[in-house]
Amino acid sequence: MSAVDTAPQAAQAAATQRIEHEGLLEVRDLRAYFKLREGDVKAIDGVSWSVAEGESLGLAGESGCGKTTAVLAVLKLLPENGRIVSGEVLFDGKNLVKRTEYGMSKIRWKEISIIFQGAMNALNPVQQVGRQVAEPIMLHEGVSEDKAMKRVRDLFELVGINPSRVSEFPHEMSGGMRQRSMIAMALACNPKLVIGDEPTTALDVMVQAQILELIERLRRELDLAFILISHDLSVMAETCDKGVIMYAGKVVEQGATEFIFANPLHPYTKQLIRAFPNIHESREMARSIAGNPPNLLNPPPGCRFVPRCDEAEPACFERDPDMVEIEPGHFVRCLKVS
Amino acid sequence: MEETQTRERPAQATPFAGTVRADDVRKAQVTDGKLFDVRDMEVYFPLRESFFKAMISTEKKWVRAVDKISFAIAPGEILALVGESGCGKTTTGRALLRLEEATGGEIFYKGLPLRRFSGGALREYRKKAQIIFQDPYNSINPKQTIFDIVAEPLSVSGVTHSEREKEERVVKALEDAGLRPAPDYLYRYPHELSGGQRQRVCIAGAIVLDPDVIIADEPVASLDVSIRNDILKLMVDHKEKLGVTYIFITHDLSLAWVISDRIAVMYLGRIVEIGDTEEVVANPQHPYTKALISVIPVPDPRMKHEHTILTGETPNPVAIPSGCRFHPRCPERMPECAEREPADVHLGGTHYAACLRLG
Repeated sequence: MSAVDTAPQAAQAAATQRIEHEGLLEVRDLRAYFKLREGDVKAIDGVSWSVAEGESLGLAGESGCGKTTAVLAVLKLLPENGRIVSGEVLFDGKNLVKRTEYGMSKIRWKEISIIFQGAMNALNPVQQVGRQVAEPIMLHEGVSEDKAMKRVRDLFELVGINPSRVSEFPHEMSGGMRQRSMIAMALACNPKLVIGDEPTTALDVMVQAQILELIERLRRELDLAFILISHDLSVMAETCDKGVIMYAGKVVEQGATEFIFANPLHPYTKQLIRAFPNIHESREMARSIAGNPPNLLNPPPGCRFVPRCDEAEPACFERDPDMVEIEPGHFVRCLKVS
Repeated sequence: MEETQTRERPAQATPFAGTVRADDVRKAQVTDGKLFDVRDMEVYFPLRESFFKAMISTEKKWVRAVDKISFAIAPGEILALVGESGCGKTTTGRALLRLEEATGGEIFYKGLPLRRFSGGALREYRKKAQIIFQDPYNSINPKQTIFDIVAEPLSVSGVTHSEREKEERVVKALEDAGLRPAPDYLYRYPHELSGGQRQRVCIAGAIVLDPDVIIADEPVASLDVSIRNDILKLMVDHKEKLGVTYIFITHDLSLAWVISDRIAVMYLGRIVEIGDTEEVVANPQHPYTKALISVIPVPDPRMKHEHTILTGETPNPVAIPSGCRFHPRCPERMPECAEREPADVHLGGTHYAACLRLG
């Protein structure tokens, strides 16, 4: 474990110089590939976005578009066969790509925490929920268990669980309560940035509304930056300031959510928005987006969406479009728009 | 609107005194415009308690999953059963197939009481009533080819044993389920197909016997949004072209709104509101329906709408609250709601809701 030996010096060196960048977290041209026997799967292929303090960003797209991989790369939690190939992850003046494993362990959960999708699988079934929430506090702040448990009670109060339930096991709680305790755990060390990876997907509509309202309230009270990963565009529309639409490892459109929904420019965004029923509008059913996302092992040249695009032109098959700024802060990657 | 009639109560005598035989099911016709007529159906499950507790407790405890519900389904209709988990929507669907025995009330299929079906009649009935499950990854056998999966109902029900006829019917079913050209799919295995295609295989397996009714239990919940609509459209196509009746079980009211003709909103084992889809969504009368509609996320950030977020969670169906079972969470409750159980109030057309405020 050479990383651990050299860690203190490296961490110090990284901490001394502050890199200037946009917002709290900025991802610049990040590429992350997975190694398979057949070659590299280009799961993230040149992604850039940023989140400012107190801002909420939504990452949306179909399954397999790379939205989860993008945040795992930010936290350097990619599985063993995954690696960051190029690009920068700038968080609070530090380049996380250059950080050692030891340096990352000081950031994970202390400054960036994550709420996972299935709270049943993310919690340890044989440990009391309260102790699991206390663990990061004891680890990062070196306080005693008693002190940590006191904090846990306050956290439970904050997320709307009766503090007397700290000694319950995950199976004694309902899905909504488990997700609330995951949120308590994410807030345990007062992080600056919280990432929610499909935090409400497995929940009922009413519980989903409760959890989203809770996240919204906490975000305002604690001035948190929040990244919401969701396949559900309508959830993103209701909760996020900025949106990033991803397709096949690339960002196809990004900007303020009002811009994206009022004036969607990329054909993929348009079709995706249409796929969601809107009960306040006319009751007609949109077509599904035909076809499947491309194989990212050897993505075809040209625009990656072209086989499924209903507005494609011959040029789209040859040239990969660049990101173009259409209106301030609203970027689109499509030849037809530029 | 002073009219506060309740929905029709069960007729006293059923036309069948004895058991229903296979022949009766084969010959049965829809006479009164009702494919299914469910009257005061109850499905209770006994609660398992420890031996000691069972010895000292005097009354048996029940999970009241479905608690006296009544509705009818016309042939060629899509009825959506909507509600949160634990509201009894899946149990209702399973009871209609007799995968779960109703512990009370009556279910009439084409006028025949389902409760009295003999073994042969039940086999005959199950050719006519099919189910599609939520997860197409777990509901089909990974070791069978698509042909085997779709042809299995044909051999099991003894409809045909001729390979040739089986193939013809399987090809037709696959094409009706949108897998074209069907011969390309016959000898593939499930792992070669995407989630949407697997769900189509499940649908093909359900329609291969030309059923009257298909119970679709959250058929699109595990599919990506981009392919959901095609599966839903398939259901509407079947309804229109093949005359299949669908019972669409979902927790997502917006999906129900897109394809169903009528919506029944369930809460804790009861239907709290039922009516034409457009009417229920545009003009909900029960506070629970209102709340459910208000929390549906809208894919448009410019549209700021009021959310009525209910506090707490659905209570345990072992200890159902007194009076109106929704009263502890109801934003519009009155003192009497804790005492009196509301009856269904007719709101015009096919629209009924069970709330004391309407009475």
